[in-house]
Amino acid sequence: MANFEYVLPPAPTTNVKVAFGEEDLVRRSASNISPPVKQLTPVSKLIDVSKCIGCKACQVACLEWNNMREEVGYNHGVYDNPLDLTPASFTVMRYTEWVNPESQNLEWLIRKDGCMHCADPGCLKACPAPGAIVQYSNGIVDFDHDKCIGCGYCIKGCPFNIPRISKVDNKAYKCTLCSDRVAVGQGPACAKSCPTHAIVFGTKDEMKKHAEARIKDLKSRGYTNAGLYDPPGVGGTHVMYVLQHADKPELYANLPKDPRISPIVELWKGMTKYAGLAAMGAFAVIGLLHHVVTGANRVSPEDEENARRLAGGRR
Amino acid sequence: MSAYDVEQGDEVHPGNPVTVDRYTGGARINHWITATCLVLLALSGLALFHPSLFFLTGLFGGGQTTRAIHPWLGVILFFSFGGLFIRFWRANLWKAEDGTWMARLRDVLGGHEERLPEVGKYNAGQKVVFWSMSILIIVLICSGILIWDQYFAEFSTVETKRFAVLIHALAAVTIICVWIVHVYAAIWVRGTIGAMTKGRVTGGWAWRHHRKWLRELVGKR
Repeated sequence: MANFEYVLPPAPTTNVKVAFGEEDLVRRSASNISPPVKQLTPVSKLIDVSKCIGCKACQVACLEWNNMREEVGYNHGVYDNPLDLTPASFTVMRYTEWVNPESQNLEWLIRKDGCMHCADPGCLKACPAPGAIVQYSNGIVDFDHDKCIGCGYCIKGCPFNIPRISKVDNKAYKCTLCSDRVAVGQGPACAKSCPTHAIVFGTKDEMKKHAEARIKDLKSRGYTNAGLYDPPGVGGTHVMYVLQHADKPELYANLPKDPRISPIVELWKGMTKYAGLAAMGAFAVIGLLHHVVTGANRVSPEDEENARRLAGGRR
Repeated sequence: MSAYDVEQGDEVHPGNPVTVDRYTGGARINHWITATCLVLLALSGLALFHPSLFFLTGLFGGGQTTRAIHPWLGVILFFSFGGLFIRFWRANLWKAEDGTWMARLRDVLGGHEERLPEVGKYNAGQKVVFWSMSILIIVLICSGILIWDQYFAEFSTVETKRFAVLIHALAAVTIICVWIVHVYAAIWVRGTIGAMTKGRVTGGWAWRHHRKWLRELVGKR
């Protein structure tokens, strides 16, 4: 049996903090902050796709813990239900049937989709509301709904198409990595509920080590391209996958091969922001200087006289 | 001479000084609705454009209401400007003298109007402002609808929205610069504000800045 007995720091019994706070932030949307003095240990969720049986216990646990309810929907003739992430469903199982051309085996690739908690989060970069998106020093990217204005910029910033805006309160929702549970030494609800331990949670280092053992096992069973999905384009993620076919992540319901913050978003939130303010300021300053130098453009008495001669001639 | 440049309601009143009706009451109301919308759009848009300006959301009752109201202001502006466009487009068609006027921009900025060709109701600078506004407002409403996620989220892909939001920001910055030019010109060229508030200018103002238009008006009488 592979090692799933991961080690979390023991649950604190004294001085229990109820939640992460300002002192734990490394990034805050639309704000400049100095990094905290005391850094938390980076954590990670590891999802081993090869172990997932598609039972959706994680989806149920997620709804339960976050006190969300989905409307009763429709059966679209596929296992995916709901078909996509919603403001209530922070996670969904995505089922792909793939015939491996080498072995001719039908492989059922089931990926638990949800926020990847990027080290370089595109949502946070795009967010215009100060503090509506924060990143804790343990790597968790969290939305502060009191500050969210519902503009949907986070959706444009996200390389994984994760956040969803609620039609009810016009706020953005996504997986919190159960930051409220992690703050008090618990693992995320989905990991807790997973019957096959396909979802495990611990420090990022531990999870990488755990993944190594899993990949070794998969390789020994013929999955030569098995590997860890921890995409460097976004600085790595705090939700990682063990994939049987890590060379082809697109197989798993279009998991991006090399995700990164879109250059369009970088341009919008970088150059445009500064050049735009500079341009507007320059126009205003040039106007002011021009007025100082040339003075007002006034109508002279001769102009009035000329007009009178022109118009008055036919009085 | 065809009266290409004279708009409805334009009239010259001999007297001392000569006064010239430049804008009807309808045109002025139309203008100020557009102007109010543009200023409110700029303030609410800038609030979401740069973090240092986020405090401007306070003017609109917070971030949520700023986000909600901004696109509606855009819709009002679009139709209001549409009214201005119908009123003014003909007199803003590019004429031969506009090229000459533009080529002598140095004299324009220096206030040497005597070295410039006589121009009609609008000079080349005003025409550039008019057409820039027209084009930018179309760009802004189109890109704006693409990123109006409250109602139109499902009609475009995220990638399209990324382009739309960038184009929207660039067009907005440009239109604010055009607006600064428009407002500055109105302040610098004394006697202009009255055209926008009372609808009238003096004969001397028309002689100095829009002589061709004045001649036409006189000739029409």
